[in-house]
Amino acid sequence: MAARSGHLYRGGFHGGHHKRNSGKDRVSHQKISRREPKVDENSPIIASFRTYQALMDRKNDKYERLVKISRDVTIQSKRAIFHIHRINSGVDKTTVLKEADEKLIAVREKLCQIALELQGEDLYQYIRAISPGLQEYIEAVAFHHYCLGNGLVSLTQVQSDLEFPATEKPSTEDGDCPSHPAVTLYVPPVEYMLGLADFTGELMRLCITSVSSGDMDLPFQLCQFMREVYHGFSSFSYAGSWELSRKMHTLRQSLHKVENACYTLQVRGLEIPKHMLADVFSSADSEDTGRNDIT
Amino acid sequence: MASAPTQETFSNFQQYLTKDQDIREEIRVSVREIEQTAREILTALQGVHQPAGCKDTVSICKRSREMFANIRRQYNELAAKLPAEQYYRFHDHWRFANQRCVFLAAFLVYLESDKLITREEAAELLGVKERREDGFHIDLDDFLMGLLQLANELSRLAVNSVTAGDYSRPTKIANFVAELDAGFRLLNLKNDALRKRFDGLKYDVKKIEEVVYDVTIRGLNPPPAQKPEAQAEEQ
Repeated sequence: MAARSGHLYRGGFHGGHHKRNSGKDRVSHQKISRREPKVDENSPIIASFRTYQALMDRKNDKYERLVKISRDVTIQSKRAIFHIHRINSGVDKTTVLKEADEKLIAVREKLCQIALELQGEDLYQYIRAISPGLQEYIEAVAFHHYCLGNGLVSLTQVQSDLEFPATEKPSTEDGDCPSHPAVTLYVPPVEYMLGLADFTGELMRLCITSVSSGDMDLPFQLCQFMREVYHGFSSFSYAGSWELSRKMHTLRQSLHKVENACYTLQVRGLEIPKHMLADVFSSADSEDTGRNDIT
Repeated sequence: MASAPTQETFSNFQQYLTKDQDIREEIRVSVREIEQTAREILTALQGVHQPAGCKDTVSICKRSREMFANIRRQYNELAAKLPAEQYYRFHDHWRFANQRCVFLAAFLVYLESDKLITREEAAELLGVKERREDGFHIDLDDFLMGLLQLANELSRLAVNSVTAGDYSRPTKIANFVAELDAGFRLLNLKNDALRKRFDGLKYDVKKIEEVVYDVTIRGLNPPPAQKPEAQAEEQ
C-alpha cells in the first residue's frame, strides 16, 4: 500500500484513502502538511471558530491594554510614594505633600482610563491585569492621607476618589481621558486591604528614616498606629486569599522592626548623639528586609 | 489618628469576608450537585463505547438528554445564588464543572447528529445564557476546553467502534476532528491551560488517523457513496 507520511495528512493523494464524509457541507481537502492546511471557509465549524477567534482577540487585546495602563499606574504611584518620604529630609512638609497630591491626581487620570476600558465588562475578568497598579495606588493614597494627619484612609474615601464625573474635554493628551460619560472604577475590598498592607511597609520606612533624622515623636506615633493596623488585620477569621496572608506576615515583620526601633530610641536615645542615631538604625535595618518588592 | 475609624475599616472588611465565605460555601454545594449529575450523564454516554451500546446509540442519547433537565435546574439554582455581575469573581468554583458539562453536551450532540455543538445549543442544553451580558454563561475558554475533551473522547470512540464492528464511524470521526483541529488553529491562543490542552489535540488526531488507516488497508471500510465528486473537488 502507499507509504504513509508520519505527519498529519488528510486528503486523497495516496491510494486507499479517499473515504470522506462528503455529506452536506464541502469538506476541506488538506494536502500533506508541512504547511498550514487549507481551510474551508464555508464549513460551519470554521465559521464558528472565526467568531471564537474574534471574541478571544478582543478579550486578550483589552487585557493587554489594561496591563499597560496598570504598569503606568504602578510607576507613577511609586514616584508619589518616594516623594512623600522626603518629608523627613528637612523640606517643607506642606509643599511636599501638595506636590505628591498632584502626582496622585495624575495617577487618577490613568485609573480613569482603566475605568473606561472596563465599562460594560466584568471587572473580575481583568482583575489580574489591574491589581498590581491598583494596590500600588492605594498604598500611595493611604500614605499620603496618613502624612496629612488624617489617619487611615477609608475604602469609602478611596472609592469616591475613583468616581469620575462626565467630562467634555476636547484634548486627548497622553494621560488624559478623552471626553466620556460618568464612570467609576470599583475597588474590590480585598485590593484595598492588600494596598493597606503594603502601606504599612512605607510607614516602617518612614519610621526608620525619621529616627535617623532625629525626630523623637514620629517614631512612637507610627509604632502606635501600626499596632492598631496590625491588630485590625489579625482580627480576621480567615484571610480570604493567600496574598493577604503573605502580606500580613510582612506586616508583622515591619511592626517588629518599628517596635525595636522605638525600644532602641527609648533606651538609648538619650545617650547617643543625634548624628549617630542614624548609624544605629541603619545597621539594624540592613539585616533583613522581608519585603521583596523594594526598589 | 482616632482608633474608631481605623477599627471600623477592619470590622467592615471582616463582614465582607464572612459574606464572601458564605457565598462560596453555597456555590460549592451547587457545583457539587452539578458535578454529580455530570458524572451520571457521563456514565450513561459511556455506553456507546461498548458493542451493545454502539448499536443502541439512539436510546442512550435519549436517556442522556433527559438527564440534562437536572443540569438545567441545577445551573438555575447556582445562578440564583450569585450576586449580580460577579460571575468572574467566583469563576474558579465552577470552571471545571462547566468544561465537563460542555463536553457532555457536545458529545451528546455529536452522537445525535455528527455535528459540532454551537455555543447557543450548549447554552440551551445546560440552561444557561449564551453571553455574559445576559446572565450566567459559559466562558469561551471553558467551552473550548470542553470541545477538546470531546476530541479526546472521540479518539477513544474511533477505536472502540472498530472493535464493535462499526467500520465507517472512524472515518467520520477523523473528518470531524480534523475540522475541529483546523478551527482551533485559527485561534490566537496564549500560553495558558487552553493552549496546553490544544497541544494534545494532535495526538488525538493521529490516533484517529491510525485507526482509519488500519481499517482502510484491510478493506474494511465500506466504499464511499460519492467518490467521483470528491475527487473532482480536489485541488
